[in-house]
Amino acid sequence: MAGRATPEVNAGSMADIAFLLLIFFLVTTTMNSDAGLQRRLPPWVANEKSAKEQDVNQRNVLMVLVNGRDWLMVNGQRMDVTQLREKVIEFVENPQNNASLSERVVKDIPGLGNVEVSKGVISLQNDRGTSYRMYMEVQNEIVAAYNVLREKASQEKFGKKFDMLSEDEQEAIKKLYPQQISEANPRNAAGVK
Amino acid sequence: MAKFSRKGKGGMPALSTASLPDIVFMLLFFFMVSTTMREQQLKVKMKLPAATEVAKLEKKSLTSFIFIGTPVREFQTLYGTDARIQLNDSFRTPEDIRDFISAEREKLEEADRGFMTVALKIDEEARMGMVTDVKQELRKASALKISYIARKVESLALAQ
Repeated sequence: MAGRATPEVNAGSMADIAFLLLIFFLVTTTMNSDAGLQRRLPPWVANEKSAKEQDVNQRNVLMVLVNGRDWLMVNGQRMDVTQLREKVIEFVENPQNNASLSERVVKDIPGLGNVEVSKGVISLQNDRGTSYRMYMEVQNEIVAAYNVLREKASQEKFGKKFDMLSEDEQEAIKKLYPQQISEANPRNAAGVK
Repeated sequence: MAKFSRKGKGGMPALSTASLPDIVFMLLFFFMVSTTMREQQLKVKMKLPAATEVAKLEKKSLTSFIFIGTPVREFQTLYGTDARIQLNDSFRTPEDIRDFISAEREKLEEADRGFMTVALKIDEEARMGMVTDVKQELRKASALKISYIARKVESLALAQ
């Protein structure tokens, strides 16, 4: 017994077994990299007031309305969704301190010192019949506008891209341009359920 | 010159396949690490809206999914072709979302509960009425961190 060499195990079917496992994992798993627009909902309150009813100066509110036919109206003016980004940037930034656009208050932000922060609020209202695609386009444009402003600010203040900043610096820039989006309850013009 | 004379019969030497299992195992491990198990079967069809400013979902384990879309063909006789909400593995109404959220929250560890994200996978043809109902229910359930799942595109104009 001791002198006999153990016969070699045939490993030829090893590849088959491994392939079988591989195919099993290929079928049952997904390579999903979900990405999306991150939002924070306001906490629930029983009877809420919209931005209009609240005591906010009218110049600080950018009314963005979308109706059931996916038409966009910004401050009483019809426009295409592609123009929205420019409009939001102009409204929030207000470089010439135009009296009809958002006003600014001086705020102390750690890391930046005393800076002027816009008080502008974007009030978004849609219809129950608005398509989700249109809603996402509008949301996307508003977020894009804020991203443009933050990018610009980080270049000005730190001379770096926003992505390259440290966490504290990113927080400071975010405080400089806070995303102020208030969503009102949708209207129901067409009586959609 | 016997040196160059062929020994035996010609033909290809047998190709060694001994390293084949190693290669396949390597692939296997790659897929095991880089993919996740499919958790639920989709009962609704949806085409996600396009967006340019998307951010990746950070922690998959802290994310709960809500699907809204038209039921797939085999359920259309039962549920019609209107947009429906799918929670876990069944069609539900907006009123069920609160229970769903508290059940999902129970599954997480105490320390992680504040970081729970609700990912909304909604068909782009869905109406905002239903989406708003879902959002209101989420607010009532105080699941405030949400993410509208979208397809990443470079430019919205090109996506249409």
